[in-house]
Amino acid sequence: MIFGVLGVVNFSHGACYMLGAMIAAILLRDTGMTFWVALVVVPLVMFLIGVLMERLLVQWLLKLDPLYNFLLTFGLTLFTVDLVKRQYGVSSLAYPVPAGLGGRVSLGSVELSVYQIFAAAFSVLVCVVVWLVLTKTRVGMIVRASTEDAERSRALGINVARWVTPVFGFGIALAGLAGVLAAPTRSVNADMGSFFVIILFAIVVIGGLGSILGAVVAGFLVGLVEAYGQGYVGQFSQVLIFVLMALVILFRPAGLFGREEAA
Amino acid sequence: MTEKRTAATGSTLELSGLSAWYGEARVLSDVDLTVAPGEVVTLVGRNGAGKTTLLRSVMGLHRQVQGSVSWDGTDLGKASPDKRARAGIGWVPDDRGIYSTLSVAENLQLPPVTGSDAWSVEQVYEQFPVLHERRDFPGTKLSGGEQQMLAIARVLRMGSRLLLLDEPSEGLAPVIVQRIGEIIRQIKDQGVSVLLVEQNVKFASTVADRHYLLAQGRVVESLDNDSFQERTTELLEYLGM
Repeated sequence: MIFGVLGVVNFSHGACYMLGAMIAAILLRDTGMTFWVALVVVPLVMFLIGVLMERLLVQWLLKLDPLYNFLLTFGLTLFTVDLVKRQYGVSSLAYPVPAGLGGRVSLGSVELSVYQIFAAAFSVLVCVVVWLVLTKTRVGMIVRASTEDAERSRALGINVARWVTPVFGFGIALAGLAGVLAAPTRSVNADMGSFFVIILFAIVVIGGLGSILGAVVAGFLVGLVEAYGQGYVGQFSQVLIFVLMALVILFRPAGLFGREEAA
Repeated sequence: MTEKRTAATGSTLELSGLSAWYGEARVLSDVDLTVAPGEVVTLVGRNGAGKTTLLRSVMGLHRQVQGSVSWDGTDLGKASPDKRARAGIGWVPDDRGIYSTLSVAENLQLPPVTGSDAWSVEQVYEQFPVLHERRDFPGTKLSGGEQQMLAIARVLRMGSRLLLLDEPSEGLAPVIVQRIGEIIRQIKDQGVSVLLVEQNVKFASTVADRHYLLAQGRVVESLDNDSFQERTTELLEYLGM
């Protein structure tokens, strides 16, 4: 979405995901902020960070080749990761499963933790809300139109530039939210985002750059491949994701739901 | 069809000494051109004469320009395309510019309403029943002619007082071209001005008041519709069309 509306390739989602988890963990340690409060506060903080990033850095490179912003956000990622390492070390911070969501349940033959079910349901809820905003509101309509063709939208009287900052901030906020959600299930440390970005990259390529539905479908697909892969081939499952990606590119170079670039 | 047969709010488009470049290549040279309120003016010329660039420059989409574009008495200077659109200039690009990710109804309702004479959605549907029938379809599922209607209806719903139409008849069946001619005459009656780029000279002469002939980025002749019709063959030969 960010790519479509702004023409920015944002490579910093992994770092923002990590920051989201780190901020939640630090707030818990230092202020005792509970998971539920963090679920609201962290995305807000991340939104502000996103807005600052866009205003201070990203916007200056918008007129140039998207490659420059790719490099910028990649650089920011390395910078943020090292900054966090310097400040908090490489060891993980503890983030307990929130009260009331502990325990496990078995569904048929699989046993899942209550928290995993909660996280999955919450993610679906967030997806549905984002989808509703995109399809049912005027803001969503403007975002879709500008994703498809920003120049044309400007020529139809839409101040596309005004939407760039909030949409960018929103993307960063979502990455932060994902970090908070992941915190209780993973080790929270500076490197937790690095593999995430690679997976994200695969999801975007499989789904088609700039396609919202594509990203959702590819997300589930990649999740399934990884989960089943882990069951059958263990460590090899991450390779499977890229086998899937290669297959998709082979048959549909623009991704499952991507539009072919007009010549 | 609208009750308000506005004697037009008096908005004139005036280009003076407009030149445009693509890098080193000069594609427009010192173009002077006016479109008075309620006037339909065509730009005639072969491919590459600079017609589309001229429209894009008026819209502020082509930035490598010199000279002035004034609208409503004010120089548009470096005003952004969205500002120009909100000032009442409606853009109907040659590819029609229909969004595939938006439904027909959304395509229609996307642009902000900018003028007091803006058509309501009901008015649009009454005038173009097919758009009402297909309102929930993705915009690009319409036929070429329907997409052209939608593109024109979209800027009328904005309340644009000047339409920049880039080859509206291109690739359409004669009966649809005829329908587009009717629409142009109808909006002209409402005081809306039209700057029309057209290769189809026969069609141009059925709707236009005046014509500018463009060759290699220069206006080589400017004439009213009567003399245009009299001299059509000679002029087309001169332009190499």
